[in-house]
Amino acid sequence: MIDLSVNVGRLRLKNPVMPASGTFAEELTHLLDFNQLGALVTKTITSEMRTGNPMPRVCELPDGMMNAIGIPSKGADAYIDKSVPFYRDFDSPLIVSVSAPTVQGFAVLAARLSGVPGISGIEANISCPNIEAHGQSFGMEAQSTAQVVKAMRAVTDLPLWVKLTPNSGHVTDVAIAAQEEGADAVVVGNTLLGLAIDIERGRARLGNFMGGISGSMIKPLMVRLTYQCAQVLKIPVIGCGGISTADDALEYLFAGASAVQVGTATFIHPKAMHLIVDELSAFCRRKGIARLSSIIGSLDDSLAAPFGVQS
Amino acid sequence: MNACSDVKQEVNPHMNDSNTRCCQVFAVSPPDDTRAAVLVNEWVNDEYKRLVLQADGAACHSQPGQFFNLLCPAEGEHKPFFRRPMSTYKADPVSGQVEFLYKVTGKGTYGLESLLEGQTLEILGPLGQGFTLSGDWQHMVIVGRGVGLATLAPLAEAAHERGIKLTAVLSARNAKNLLSAQRFESLGADVIALLDEDGSSSPENLERVLREVIAREGSNALFTCGSKRITRLLKQLSAELGLFGQVALEQQMVCGLGMCQCCVEVFEVEGVRVGKRVCLEGPVFDLAEVTQ
Repeated sequence: MIDLSVNVGRLRLKNPVMPASGTFAEELTHLLDFNQLGALVTKTITSEMRTGNPMPRVCELPDGMMNAIGIPSKGADAYIDKSVPFYRDFDSPLIVSVSAPTVQGFAVLAARLSGVPGISGIEANISCPNIEAHGQSFGMEAQSTAQVVKAMRAVTDLPLWVKLTPNSGHVTDVAIAAQEEGADAVVVGNTLLGLAIDIERGRARLGNFMGGISGSMIKPLMVRLTYQCAQVLKIPVIGCGGISTADDALEYLFAGASAVQVGTATFIHPKAMHLIVDELSAFCRRKGIARLSSIIGSLDDSLAAPFGVQS
Repeated sequence: MNACSDVKQEVNPHMNDSNTRCCQVFAVSPPDDTRAAVLVNEWVNDEYKRLVLQADGAACHSQPGQFFNLLCPAEGEHKPFFRRPMSTYKADPVSGQVEFLYKVTGKGTYGLESLLEGQTLEILGPLGQGFTLSGDWQHMVIVGRGVGLATLAPLAEAAHERGIKLTAVLSARNAKNLLSAQRFESLGADVIALLDEDGSSSPENLERVLREVIAREGSNALFTCGSKRITRLLKQLSAELGLFGQVALEQQMVCGLGMCQCCVEVFEVEGVRVGKRVCLEGPVFDLAEVTQ
């Protein structure tokens, strides 16, 4: 029996595979056994109701997609009343993704969720590129990230994950800021800001103009950021970006991720996460590995010998 | 051949809302993602092909108005990344077969077009909320254009089974492009063809024909799919005459399961404008609440 369990800070997960926020919903119960997932990460909620961005909200790319959904939210009340009772019946921990327009808003929401039975953790979505103009978000800078995490940490003892953005030019600084203010883990990360143009109409293909790129095309970039964050952090990193197979997930584990999130792949193959869990076991068996967690950060990153000799 | 009688039947919870003018509840099977085998993939006219799949399990329990999200194969340079939503043309729990009628128009359908007998494709479904029918009705009218008629064909079948008389008003460019006329006729429907080529499909004439049919037959309900113009007309007629009416909407979709929120349309419910997901809360909606 292969041990697939991993620790993400104080939380012990039965396996490292969980959904990325926004790519998971109650309807998936027909296709997936939620008890077989490492954790259940739900779509980002805000305190207030939000309608989301104008259509079109998605466009298809050759090996992925771009979205500018804009966090439609039924609000915190509806989430606590309707969604939490549904999800807490599963034994996988429920992680609530949250967003807010202000630092104080993040804190208010975190405080609100802290008293709700059935919630195992909070993921701070400080990285959605589709809320403010041109991808601005708290996660772009270390200072604004620190403010959000500090304010949330002050009001909640729940495990606090911070979802970073690859759009920042200094992701490791942002990650360190989150760690210093008490984050339990970082998620690396949200979608990559892009712009796709309909050349027939001379207009952006998305209603919100720019959008977030996801899918296998962003995987090498996200694996690199995962590696760089894992190198400088003491807290765990959760890898995310372009994972559709166990091979993809394993790249992140080697790079230093303690767990992984699967997003876009679920839109195409709703059973993808189950398959990944099964294939992780198969990989361990083939390699004679008893505990999957032993792979975490085991990447051989010693420098290759210089090529040739200058004559 | 396997019958799919072992599939758990669930009554759709949305249909029990007191504010839904629900007449008869179809038993809804939860969706599954299954690999279906191609039995037939043939041209039915110059533009449309009919795809028949062996799809035992949840799929063959698809109800009228429900749809599937198809993982269309890549064809040469055409590599669709998303699945493609497609409404059920026919589903038979006894034979375990599911049929689709499609027009070859883009990346997704180029791949479907290339499927050969014996090949397989992944189909996710049945998805969404289908049409509502009442056994108390005497007569209903179906109005469709283009591939929308494929969506309405299973509804005609269900009406026939319940002994509801049916008039099918089929709109098309020309007689050659009239889809499914024979299928509607074989179900005992009174078929009226309205064509662009002789001008009979004009909005004015369609309205005149519909008013005449409704008055003559004492129709109880109106259904449509495939044209915004026809939807607007039917919305107006159903409101004016106090008739039940529904439309099956088409919208770009990704997941088909309500997760991604990309297929949201604006509806008007009790005077309030609300966003609903076409894939989950639809694709069939009451005409009274559509705003397009």
